[in-house]
Order: sequence, then C-alpha cells, then structure tokens
Amino acid sequence: MSNLSKDTKLTLYRGMLYIRTVEERIAELYPEQEIRCPVHLCIGQEAAEVGSGMALERSDYAFSGHRSHGHYLAKGGDLKSMMAEIYGKSTGCAGGKGGSMHLIDLDAGFMGAVPIVGSTIPIGVGTAFGSRLKGEDRVTMIYFGDGATETGVFHESLNFAALHKLSVVFLCENNLYSVYSPMNVRQPAGRTIADLAAAHGIENHAADGNDVETVYSLSKAAVDTARRGTGPVFLEFSTYRWREHCGPDFDNHVGYRSEEEFKEWQKKDPLTRYRELLIAEGTATENELAALAAELLVEVNAAVQFAQSSEFPAPVGAEQRVYAS
Amino acid sequence: MTRELKFSEALLEAQDQCMAADPAVYIMGLGVPDPTGIFGTTLGLQEKYGVNRVFDMPLAENAMTGVAIGSALVGMRPVMTHQRVDFATVAMEQIINQAAKWHYMFDGQVNVPLVIRMIIGRGWGQGPQHSQSLQAMFAHVPGLKVVMPTTAYDAKGLLISAIEDNNPVVMLEHRWLYGITDKVPEEFYRVPLGKAHIMREGTDVTIVGLSYMSLESLRAAELLAERGINAEVLDLRSLRPLDEDAILTSVRKTGNLVMADTAHKMFGASAEILALATEKAFDALKSPPRRVTLPDHPAPTSPALADDFYPRAGHIAAEVLRQLGRDVDDALFLPPEGRHHDQPDSSFKGPF
Ligand SMILES: Cc1ncc(C[n+]2csc(CCOP(=O)(O)OP(=O)(O)O)c2C)c(N)n1
Ligand SMILES: [Mg+2]
Repeated sequence: MSNLSKDTKLTLYRGMLYIRTVEERIAELYPEQEIRCPVHLCIGQEAAEVGSGMALERSDYAFSGHRSHGHYLAKGGDLKSMMAEIYGKSTGCAGGKGGSMHLIDLDAGFMGAVPIVGSTIPIGVGTAFGSRLKGEDRVTMIYFGDGATETGVFHESLNFAALHKLSVVFLCENNLYSVYSPMNVRQPAGRTIADLAAAHGIENHAADGNDVETVYSLSKAAVDTARRGTGPVFLEFSTYRWREHCGPDFDNHVGYRSEEEFKEWQKKDPLTRYRELLIAEGTATENELAALAAELLVEVNAAVQFAQSSEFPAPVGAEQRVYAS
Repeated sequence: MTRELKFSEALLEAQDQCMAADPAVYIMGLGVPDPTGIFGTTLGLQEKYGVNRVFDMPLAENAMTGVAIGSALVGMRPVMTHQRVDFATVAMEQIINQAAKWHYMFDGQVNVPLVIRMIIGRGWGQGPQHSQSLQAMFAHVPGLKVVMPTTAYDAKGLLISAIEDNNPVVMLEHRWLYGITDKVPEEFYRVPLGKAHIMREGTDVTIVGLSYMSLESLRAAELLAERGINAEVLDLRSLRPLDEDAILTSVRKTGNLVMADTAHKMFGASAEILALATEKAFDALKSPPRRVTLPDHPAPTSPALADDFYPRAGHIAAEVLRQLGRDVDDALFLPPEGRHHDQPDSSFKGPF
C-alpha cells in the first residue's frame, strides 16, 4: 500500500473517472453532428494526465496540444466552458473561436492548447522564463506526445530550459503512435525519448503512465525540483490511446495496429487497475465508487446541457479581437 | 532637445528609453551584446540594464520566438532582433501560427506584446539568403503589424510605438538606412503605427515608397523636378495597418501612382497598393499605376551579376516619365557619382 492519503487516492481516482466520463460522453454525442470540430480523445491516458495535473498548484501554468481535454480538466479547467467551446458556443472558453483544439482557462492556470504539434513547448518555456524574470516560483508543465519529440522546437526548447535552469516540467505521453505512424518509422530503435532529455542534460524519468500513483509521485517530485529553480525535469510516461487518433470511434481494424495490441493495453486500463486496487486495499468500496460514477455523470450531463443550450456567438464576433487595443 | 542622430542611434535610443520606462521590456537576439551591437542598435544596453534584460540567445529562432511569446503572455514585453530577415524565416511557425493568433483564437483573453526587429541586407555580396525583403509575407497575416521606418526620426518613434503596442509587431529595418542621419528629439515620443508620411508634396504624380526606396523616391522626385514634373512622395512607414486614406488622398490629388518597393513584384506590397488605388480611386486615375521593384529572381552575389538588381532613383523617375508619356533619357540610369552600387555610401566598408 502506498503512503498516499485516502483523500489523495480518491481525488486521483475521481480525476481519472471524471475525464473518462467526459470523453465517453463526447464520443457518444459526436455522431449527432452537433460537435462540429475535430476532437482528439484521451481515453486510456487519464492516469498520466491526472497524476501530473494534481501535482501542480492552481497558480502553476500548463500548456498542451491537440489532445488536451484531459490536461485542461486535470489542471482544474472549467468543464462547462470546455463543453461549450467544443459545441462552438459563445459561452465557450475561447468564445467559439477555438474549439476542442484551442482550450484555455487562465483562472486555472491552463494557459492554452494549440494543434500545431510541438508549438506550445517553446511557449511554455517562455512562461517559465517570464516567471524567472519576474522572480516568481511558478512551475510550467508542458504536455506533448511522442510525435512532438521529433520536432525542432522540442530540442531548441529543452536546450534553452536547461541553459537557464527554468522551472519547467516537460511531460511526454508516449502512446506509441503519431496518427497512424508507429515509433519504428519515426525514431531509431534503442534510443528512448527520455534519452533525448538526458542528451540535453535534463533530469529525466520514464515510467508506466497507466499507474496513476507512480505518475503522481514522480510528477510531484519533478514539480518540486522545477520549483526550486535547479533545472527542468523531463517525464516520459508510456500509455495508449484507445480510440482513433481524431474522432469518436475505435479504429483497430483499419490496419495500422492490431486488435491484440489494443486488448493488451486495455488490460492495463488505468481506471480499472486503480479501482481494483482501491477496493482491494480497503480505501473505497464498490458501492462508493459506483456512487461517484453516478455523481460525475450528472455533472458531465449538466455541462453538456449547458453547452447545448448556450447561444452561438453573433457572426460579427468573427471579425472582432484580431488585434488587442 | 533635437540633434542629428543616425538611424541606428535612434533605434538604440528608443530601446534605451523604453527599457528605462518599463521594467517588462527586455531584448534578446543573436549578437545583441556583441561588440558591434547589431550595427550599433543595442550597444551598451547590457552594461546598463544587465544580462537578465539584454542578452544573447541560442541559435534557435523558432523556439526563441515561442519563448518570447510565452513571456509576453505573462506580462513581459520582449524585443527580439534578427540580424537578417532571412533568419526569421525559420521562426515563421511561431510568428504566423502563434504570435499572430493567440489574441484572436482565445477571444481576446491574452495579448502578445512582442516586437521582432529584422534587418534587410543589401549589397556587398549579401546574396540570395542575406538580403530578402519579405514584408509582404508578414503583412499578409491578420494579427501582425508590420512597420518599415525610413528616417531616423521615424525609426525612434515607430520603435517606441511598437514596443508599447499590445500586439506582435514586425519591424523591418533596411541595412542601408543605418547610417542616414536626421533631426531626432531627445525626448520620448511616438510615431503612430499605421500612418504614412508625406515626405515631399507634389501635384503631378504620387510615388509611394517603402523603407529605403522612399529615399530613392525622394531622389527621383528631384530628377523629375529637373524635367518639370512635380512629384509627391509618400513614405508608407507601415504596411499593417495600412494608411489607405493617405494613399487614396494623394492619388486623388495627382491622378498618377508609382509604387517603389524594396521587394519583388509578384504578390508583393506594391500589388496591394496598386489594387487599393484601382479599387477605390479608379475614377481619379489618369494613367495605369506602375511599380518599381526587384527583378523576379533571387539576389545574386557577384557584383557583376548584382549590378542591375536594385532599381535606383533613375529607374523610378523613368517609370514616371513613361507613365506620363514623356521621353526617358539615358542619363537617368547612370550610377550615382561617387557611389558603388553595392555600398550605401563611402563610409560603408563591408563585410556586412
Ligand atoms: C506541425 C504539425 N504537423 C503535423 C500535424 C498533424 N498531426 C496532428 S496530431 C499528430 C500526431 C501527433 O502525435 P503525438 O505527438 O504522439 O500525439 P498524440 O496524437 O499521439 O497524442 C499529427 C502528425 C500537426 N498538427 N502539426
Ligand atoms: Mg503519440
């Protein structure tokens, strides 16, 4: 049994179930064709997102990319604004200008997500640099996938963060694929992603990203180190995306990965694993967790209801706020 | 107090005064603290403001633009410099997708107050990758502002306005303007972004100039005056926002338009200016508008090849003469006396 408090454990579990419930609802609703923007669901990857998000203070910053729902929610981003944004409504977190791939919640320190792969990595290093210049001890956590580690800005950003010992946690969720492309057509065998951080002289750890307590403890330590200003930390968590790269469906039949591989990863489902553990060790009962699931579904449905019943933005909004005054 | 300053000194003074006025302003770029200080424009600033506010950076223009953006999101006001426009092309992703979009795509919740200074090289064998004028690429993108000062007075005033602006501003500085002097007030003053400037009033033709070509346009106006033509020279100063009113007012007055750009013709700023005049002042035009631009090939290096690459005052004057149905005399195309085609003036000794 880990030495985490009961509260912490339940919060970790709740966080994962919350994201899973949101994503499953989006997948169910998507065929209605009312959500008219691309969605990149993170089902299967919740442990990496919640374990790291919970390691941050609300005043810390986080950035993400195209697959950002989980990061936004784990950082405390407002669910109703996110749902409304996905539905393109005026009440959305970006007023309908962004959609699923452009989430932001400044109050929660979720500074922004954009779908150009790799692009928020230097921007996150930039907020950390800004914090340094202003004498603040905030940490910036930057989320990205295995594909992003192949970009130029990834390396440029690690170099600069290491140079100035910035308070950054680089968090890579390695789900083995970049769209349909497996690792072996993109990165050399025998070299891990964490090795890239090592080459930049950055403290790094690679671990099971479907084990939420491992993610949490590694992330907490990383955040503490980063906050001390002694240098950035790089975390690589191995995990797996269950659904298709973009959209609500399963796509194991299209030929780029096998049903067997998917089934193997499903056995490592971060939620099932943790639920079984919590029950086995007596932290929670089956009934308590079922009640939690029901409670979360009500919350998620309320957010969907909010999004669906919100107004669309007035068309004139399209030409507004191109420039700041 | 007003004194004579060089264009480069005016830029230095603008940055110095902005840094003194606002602790959020910082300067970074390759070579910023070098002994030569970006052609003198950053000299002494690191000594005065320290290594945390004035510093060199890794050779990583794209990520460093992202770093500047990120710091701007949390309240800093970065000024980034590129010794050549060409180097900034590796940062296009961050400039176009990110800097230009964050305010809009998050519906106004965040600002990116960022200035990116870029220098347009010319002459002395700068060649295909050290002398491009890419203003049209930047000016094409909503969310960016683009300014190109010509005089030392405007260099200071525009840079101050750019640094105070809450949007990303690309400032393109022509290398051949650095040594040009002008009366520059010592005080902190602003030249508004998006306002053109009439450098010379005239009645027969409007010559719209951009950056260094505004100076050539002024010389062209003298050549034209000798031939009895009274040209108005409008220095554009900003491409985005574009001072449509100033352009249209002048074109309506003269009825003739020639645009002199530092860049290529196709899809360039000159195309936009001509389109504007034909769309909105067609009735006032007495002749088809014309333009003076670079030839449609990259800049070659050898002096033997580069000799005819850059149009000069004579070429602008010739374009006006043709436009007005007048004879063009060969004297117009003689190289200016005492000046090589690849040096702005004799004080310029190379290599940059
Ligand atoms: C610069 C850029 N190139 C290509 C794309 C198209 N694209 C979107 S997501 C993606 C895969 C990214 O893979 P990874 O970083 O591993 O994240 P994952 O989707 O696995 O979460 C690609 C190639 C893009 N958005 N941006
Ligand atoms: Mg991936």
